[in-house]
Amino acid sequence: MRYLPLTDTDRQAMLATIGAASIDDLFVDVPEVARLDGPIRGLPMHASEMAVERHMKALAAKNLVAGDVPFFLGAGAYRHHVPASVDTIIQRGEFLTAYTPYQPEIAQGTLQVLFEFQTQVARLYGCAVANASLYDGSTACWEAVAMATRVTKRSRAVLSGALHPHYAQVVKTMAHFTGDTIADAMPAITAEPDLDGLIARIDEDTACVVVQYPDILGRISDLTPVAEAAHAKGALLVVVNTEPVALGAIRSPGEMGADIVVGEGQSLGVGLNFGGPYLGLFAVRDPKHVRQMPGRLCGETTDAEGKRGFVLTLSTREQHIRREKATSNICTNSGLCALAFTAHMTLLGEKGLRQLAAENHRLACLAADRLAKVPGVEVLNTAFFNEFTLMLGGKPARAIVRDLAERGVLGGVSLGRLYPGVDALEHALLVAVTETTTEEDIERLAQELEASIKETV
Amino acid sequence: MNAPNKSGWKPAMELSEDGMHNGPATTTGNRALMLEEPLLFEIGRADVTGVDLPEIDTSALTRLGGLERADAIGLVGLTEPETVRHYTRLSRQNYGIDLGFFPLGSCTMKHNPRLNEKMARLPGFADIHPLAPQSTVQGALEVVHQLGHWLCTLTGMPAVAMSPKAGAHGELCGILAIRAAHEARGDAREVVLVPESAHGTNPATAAFAGYRVEDIPATPEGRVDVAALKARLGPDVAAVMITNPNTCGLFEKDFREIADAVHAAGGYVYCDGANFNAIVGKVRPGDLGVDAMHINLHKTFSTPHGGGGPGSGPVVLSEALAPYAPLPFVRKDDAGEFYLVEEEDGEECGPTFGRMTAFHGQMGMFTRALTYILSHGADGLKQVAEDAVLNANYILRSMEDILHAPFAASGPCMHEALFGDKDFGGGLSTLDVAKGLIDEGYHPMTVYFPLVVHGAMLVEPTETESKTAIDQFIAAFRAVVERALDGDEALKQAPYYAPRRRLDETGAARKPKLAYEG
Repeated sequence: MRYLPLTDTDRQAMLATIGAASIDDLFVDVPEVARLDGPIRGLPMHASEMAVERHMKALAAKNLVAGDVPFFLGAGAYRHHVPASVDTIIQRGEFLTAYTPYQPEIAQGTLQVLFEFQTQVARLYGCAVANASLYDGSTACWEAVAMATRVTKRSRAVLSGALHPHYAQVVKTMAHFTGDTIADAMPAITAEPDLDGLIARIDEDTACVVVQYPDILGRISDLTPVAEAAHAKGALLVVVNTEPVALGAIRSPGEMGADIVVGEGQSLGVGLNFGGPYLGLFAVRDPKHVRQMPGRLCGETTDAEGKRGFVLTLSTREQHIRREKATSNICTNSGLCALAFTAHMTLLGEKGLRQLAAENHRLACLAADRLAKVPGVEVLNTAFFNEFTLMLGGKPARAIVRDLAERGVLGGVSLGRLYPGVDALEHALLVAVTETTTEEDIERLAQELEASIKETV
Repeated sequence: MNAPNKSGWKPAMELSEDGMHNGPATTTGNRALMLEEPLLFEIGRADVTGVDLPEIDTSALTRLGGLERADAIGLVGLTEPETVRHYTRLSRQNYGIDLGFFPLGSCTMKHNPRLNEKMARLPGFADIHPLAPQSTVQGALEVVHQLGHWLCTLTGMPAVAMSPKAGAHGELCGILAIRAAHEARGDAREVVLVPESAHGTNPATAAFAGYRVEDIPATPEGRVDVAALKARLGPDVAAVMITNPNTCGLFEKDFREIADAVHAAGGYVYCDGANFNAIVGKVRPGDLGVDAMHINLHKTFSTPHGGGGPGSGPVVLSEALAPYAPLPFVRKDDAGEFYLVEEEDGEECGPTFGRMTAFHGQMGMFTRALTYILSHGADGLKQVAEDAVLNANYILRSMEDILHAPFAASGPCMHEALFGDKDFGGGLSTLDVAKGLIDEGYHPMTVYFPLVVHGAMLVEPTETESKTAIDQFIAAFRAVVERALDGDEALKQAPYYAPRRRLDETGAARKPKLAYEG
C-alpha cells in the first residue's frame, strides 16, 4: 500500500516495544461482537494509481463540462476564468497541508493571507471588518440572521422575496430549531424589486431584514431606503451578495447602510465544483459588532522581539473556548478557498476587478439585447449586472432548459427548478453571462432558444 | 542541551548560552532562506493588475440602475510574477504535513495523496454547475452515490446525509435529525448529554439546535462514567453525544451498553466520528448502536486541511433517523439513472428537516475522498487503522517513563496518546514543550485539550509516518520533556528559530486590528 510506510519488520519491532503480542491486542477494548475478523466484505481491495485514475476519469467523462459548451448558468454559482497561478499557489504543500493556525509562530503564511483576505473582503463590501470565512454563502446568510438576533435581542427576520430560495430554505430550516420567526415571501415577477412592500413588512420586533444584491432575478436597486427603514425600527440590514464580481461595478452594500454583509465568494479563485467547496464571506460595517461575529478572525500583533505578526484572535467567541455559549458552532471554515480568492483578487487588483466587472456587464448587455429579439422572449429586468431574467412567453422554462441541454447548450437556470410547484414562476429563465462567454455562445443560445421555444409545447 | 538524536543529525550552528544565533544581523531582516514578506497592501498598487482584460469605457455601463461605483474600492494588485512570489514567500512561513511530522491530536494530519488533488481537478468534476440539468451530471451524482455507499458500508449504517460542509456542520445535521424525530412523535425533550472531554463543537452544536447541554463526568480511567450517565437518563434527555474513540484516545468499551440504555430511555445516540481513523475498516459504529455519526472526510479520508478548511462532514444515520435527512440527496432509479431529491419531490422527501446548504455538499472533497478510499480498498483501510493505532501506542510506551500519561494504565490507546504536564519544573508548562518542539522542527501536538487532563498533550502520529520518523520524533520529544522536567528557563522563550517568536495574543485581543489600515 503506497501510502503506508511501516514494514512488517517495523510492526513486529514496535509491538515488541509496546509489549503486545499482536495488533489485535491493541484493540482489546473493542467488544468482541463488534470486532471484524477481516476486511469488510463486499468492498473492493486496494488499487493502483492507474486503476483508480481510470475509474475516476470514467465517472468524470459522464458529465458535460461547462467549458465545453455555451454556458449560461448562475443563480448563486458563476463560472469565471481563474488565472493559472491561483491553482499553483493553493497547491503549495505549506498551504495545502497546513492546519488551522493555532501555533502562530509556524503559521504566519496562512495568517497573513487571512489578514489580507479579511481586508479585501471588508473593502469590497464597504465594511469595517470581515471574518476569515465561513462554509458558503447560504450558511453565512443564516449566521448573519443568528447574529442579528443576538445584537438586537429580537427573534424575527424579514426575508426579501428575491433572496436565493436555497438561502431562504437554510435560514428557515435553522430558525425552526432555534425558535426564531422568519417572514419570507415569493419573488414577484416585476422589472424592479418591490422595496416598498419589503419595508412595509419591517416591524418593531424585527431583528433584521435580509436582501440580496443583485437579487435572485438579477435585479439591482438602491438599498438605502431599506437601510433607513430598518434602522428606524431598530432592525439591522443584512445584505447578501452571491456575485462578488458585481461589486467591481456597483456600489457596495456598506455604502448603502448594510449592517452585516454576507455572500458567496466562489466566483473568485474557487470555481464551480458542482456546488462545493465554496467560500462564505461575512463582514460587519460597524466595528462595535465584532464580538458578536461568528467564525475565526485573524488579527495583527507583535512577537517577543517586536516584529509584526498575526494570530487568530477574539477566540472567546468560539466553540473551542466558549462551548455551549459560543456565537456559532463553526470550527473548520474555508481556508484554502479564502487563499484562492485572495490570490485571484491580488492578480486582479482594483484595476482588474473593475475591468472584469465591466466586461461581464458589457457581454450581459449584448446577450440581453440579442435574446430579447427571440420571438416570444422578453427581458424582465430594468437593471442588472451579469445575470437577468427572461420571460419565455408562457413556455415552461424547465423543459426548455432540458431541451437546450440536448442541443448542447447549457442555457440557464429555470425558476421552476428553484421554486418547484409555483405556477407563476415556471415560465422564467435566469441567464448569467461572464467574461468566459463569447459572442458566438450568445448567438448560439439565441438560435437554439428560438428553435426550442417553437418546438416546446 | 541538544536532543539525543538517533539519526545522528546535529544542528549546524553553535549556539550562545541564551540559545540565540551568534550570526550578525542582516540589513533586510531576512536570514538566507528565511524571508520576510510585507503585506499585500504595502507592495500592491491600485493601477497594477496581473490579468489581461479589455479596456472598456465604463460610461458604457448603462444598465446598472444608476448604481455605478463612484469611489475607489481600496484594492491593490500585483502582476503575476509578483503575486506568485508574494504567496510563495508567505507559504514558507508555514508548517505543513509535506514538511514534517504533524502529530496534532484529534486532527488526523495524515499525508494528502496527490492523486486525490489530480482527480478533483478533472474538468468533469471541477467545471460543472450545481444546477446543471441532471442528465448532464450523471457522473457527479454517481460519485456522491458511490462515496455514500462506502461510508454506509464502512460504518454499518443504512443511510447517509452528504451535504454537511464540515464536522461541526455534520454534528448539527445529526442533532437536527434527532430533534426532528422527537418532534415527529410530539416528544419535546430538552437536554443533550455531552461528556466533559468532548470537542467544543458538541456542546455548541447542541445549544445552537436549541437544547440545554449537561456534562457527563469521566471515570479515572478516562472513559464515560456509565453509572452517572444512566442515572441522568430520563424522559427529558433527547440524546447523548459521545466521541468514540474518545478524546482521551481510548475506545469507549461500554458504548453498546450506553446506547441500549439511551434507547431504552427514548433517546438517540450521536457519535462524534472525528476519531474514526482509529477504527475504520476494523469496527462498524452501526454495530454499537449509533443513530448518527459524522465523518470528517478531511481527517479519516485525507482531504487536505488547507490551513483551516474546507472540510466535509457527511453524516451516517440509523433507520430511525434516516427519514429526517436534509435535502438534497442522491438516489438511483430502476433504470440506473441518478437523480437528486429536492424540495419539489413531495413524497420522496419524506419528513426531511429541511436544507443545510445551498447546494449538494463538498463535491471537491467527495472526489478526493473517493479516490483515497478506492486507493486503499477494504484491506488498506483496515491497515490504516491498525498502523495508526500501532504508532500511537508505540509513542505512548516510549514516553510514559518520563512524561505523565494519565490513562496509560487503562490499557492500549487508540490512534492518539494523551499526556499531561504534572511533573514539570520551574513553572514550565505544556505550552513551553509545544514551543520547544517547534524549534526542533516539529509541529506541536494538540495542547490543553481535552480539558479533563491538566496541561493536556494529545499526540496523534497517524499511519503515514515511518518508524524512523517516529523514532526521531520520540527522541526530540523526550529531550524537550526532559528540559521541562528540569525546569530549563530557556524553554520559556521558545521558539527561537521560527519565523516569529512568541506572539502577543492578549494584546491582539485587547485592541483588535483586523484589517489593514492605510
